Amino acid sequence: MSKQQAAVLGVGQTRHRSKRTDVSMAGLCREAVDRALEDAGLDSLAEIDAVVVGKAPDLFEGVMMPELYLADALGAVGKPLLRVHTAGSVGGATGNVAASLVQAGLHQRVLAVAFEKQSESNAMWALSIAPPFSIPVVAGAGGYFAPHIRAYIRRSGAPAHIGALVAVKDRRNGALNPYAHLQQGDITLESVQASPMLWDPVRYDETCPSSDGACAVVIGSQDAAKASGRQVAWIRATAMRTEPTMFSGKDHVNPKAGADCAQALWRAAGITRPFDEVDVAEIYVPFSWYEPMWLENLGFAAQGEGWKLTEGGETGLKGKLPINPSGGVLSSNPIGASGLLRFGEAAMQVMGRAGAHQVDGARVALGHAYGGGSQYFSMWVVASTPS
Amino acid sequence: MKGNPVDVAVVGFAASPVERHGTGTTSGVEMLVPIFAEVFAQTGLTKNDIGFWCSGSSDYLAGRAFSFVQAVDAIGAVPPIMESHVEMDGAWALYEAWVKVLTGDADIALVYGFGKSSGAELRRVLALQLDPYLVAPLWPDSVSLAALQARAGLDAGLWTEGDMASVAARSRADAMNNPRAQVHDKSSMEDLLCAPYVAEPLRAHDCAPVGDGAAVVVIANRERAADLTDRPAWITGFEHRIDSASIGARDLLNVPTVAAAARAAGAAEIQVAELHAPFTHQEILLRTALGLGEQTTVNPSGGALCGNPMFAAGLARIGYAARAVMDGGADRALGHATSGPLLQQNLVCVMEAER
Repeated sequence: MSKQQAAVLGVGQTRHRSKRTDVSMAGLCREAVDRALEDAGLDSLAEIDAVVVGKAPDLFEGVMMPELYLADALGAVGKPLLRVHTAGSVGGATGNVAASLVQAGLHQRVLAVAFEKQSESNAMWALSIAPPFSIPVVAGAGGYFAPHIRAYIRRSGAPAHIGALVAVKDRRNGALNPYAHLQQGDITLESVQASPMLWDPVRYDETCPSSDGACAVVIGSQDAAKASGRQVAWIRATAMRTEPTMFSGKDHVNPKAGADCAQALWRAAGITRPFDEVDVAEIYVPFSWYEPMWLENLGFAAQGEGWKLTEGGETGLKGKLPINPSGGVLSSNPIGASGLLRFGEAAMQVMGRAGAHQVDGARVALGHAYGGGSQYFSMWVVASTPS
Repeated sequence: MKGNPVDVAVVGFAASPVERHGTGTTSGVEMLVPIFAEVFAQTGLTKNDIGFWCSGSSDYLAGRAFSFVQAVDAIGAVPPIMESHVEMDGAWALYEAWVKVLTGDADIALVYGFGKSSGAELRRVLALQLDPYLVAPLWPDSVSLAALQARAGLDAGLWTEGDMASVAARSRADAMNNPRAQVHDKSSMEDLLCAPYVAEPLRAHDCAPVGDGAAVVVIANRERAADLTDRPAWITGFEHRIDSASIGARDLLNVPTVAAAARAAGAAEIQVAELHAPFTHQEILLRTALGLGEQTTVNPSGGALCGNPMFAAGLARIGYAARAVMDGGADRALGHATSGPLLQQNLVCVMEAER
């Protein structure tokens, strides 16, 4: 059994906001889907063979399996539809599952759609239900991850301002992206450092927003790519890994599932020196400090050295390895869609269609997502040429 | 266009007992650990042999976010594993795993589905699957909706209440041979018709019982399957389709998605069919859509009417159908799964012994 080549033909996304009360869930998804179809040069949903929907917990909207209701709006009636849910990594998993349908030779064109409409319900409530026999998170995601960030700082000896540097970079990048939720082009290191402390050492401006939004990606076969006539993003490799939330010996700073996932990804993509061979990366950074942490986990930097790339400006738009030119999760966080946004933005970069946040000469890009308690990882590498 | 789908086979299957208000938690772990052990014993595999894991479950059923995260504890995922999850019946997780094996990324995959259906009032929980703006706020529950469908079929002369009771009587008698079934007895059709209505024209026997349970299926590629079982159930067709969510716009007495999936999957000359019909009249609808005649044995396990653990029952249907092939009882079997209100989404898996 062997894999067929698959490529991203088009990417679309919504204007992400805290409350998109102007649209229903179906309307939100269609805003992204219609843009993706247009970007792929397709006339209608009739040209799509199958649909993969991804989103985070159903309690975030208060709808059980909303893809059932969305079947009509997504043009899925009479077609195969899959609904993926792998916690925060789900957007990435949605892209990977959609890719696998093409790689297996089953379909010509598959639509991946991921969304979250947090304003329909209350995510903080959804995350605070205490099921029996389980440890409640109680403090929300920030409270869960802050101790791991402190462990990173202690382990690496990183100076205290690194997190704020990431926030300034990502928010300024976000101001170059018309779809980004937060538009903060005038943010400064001083203003970030003056923002309220939420979960030490994470300040308000170093935290992702809570967004409504959707992302859609059309993935096609080699024939479909040829037929599109536009630059596509070839999917060089995909990878997913999972480990339990807690176990004796779990490294929350540098989780083995993430490191294994990255190693498998680089191997499958034929990449031996990720820092040199990858031109741009969209990495899931919901709290600023996760940029240097993931740089190390992904193998872009040695253990304890990731913060030096951030401090040296190497992760900026003009740096050696631009990270999150779109503004990243720190600028928009429709949770279920955040992973697919990373994957889609990576594709936009190698297709040369990233607008004001385009990285010059981007040919190889990483899309990365993680979820749960740093336990679910999904990644892909896309490139301007096939492998 | 198609790859070569005949290169993957079901090689192992186990289902947990189905019981109402079982002692297991919503995480599924207590239901899953014993059946993982069962398929490992059947196949001689260990967790380290599994290249890809995939599961199906529902947060809403568990009444919490990220319920499947806890289920991973049943695996012992240290070192890390290649894994995915669908918020659907495990049958669709099997589809994802089948695709994964087809791509060559894994040679053996283990798929599980689990659900603690009795944690809340299931028929009301399922109302939340409906259009959230226009329909769900009215709380039409799943049994009442099925009653409307059954009534439409009665009025159209497609079946009688006796026909429906006959489906139940046959299923309950067959389930006498399935130690994992929740309901089994030798009631006659006449006995069953003496029962009061639950939601007219549905009586208790017309509705799947509310039950907690889990199921697991192991698949392998051609290189590995023959080592794992004497008679692999080769997957010769695997298709699924979804229908409109607009119940008022659908012809509720036809299941075009099943017919289309079966056609694409090459479902013909089926000897054993396991149909995921949570209501008696839906078995009749499915038989018609699939064109199954007298030569096909339907639901020898007792079917969903004798045990319908949500998010596992569809996967279990495929497992029972595969078992018929693996046991030598059939050369060609079909497993069906459904999801959503009134057979909205359907999946068909055709399996054969090597010819």
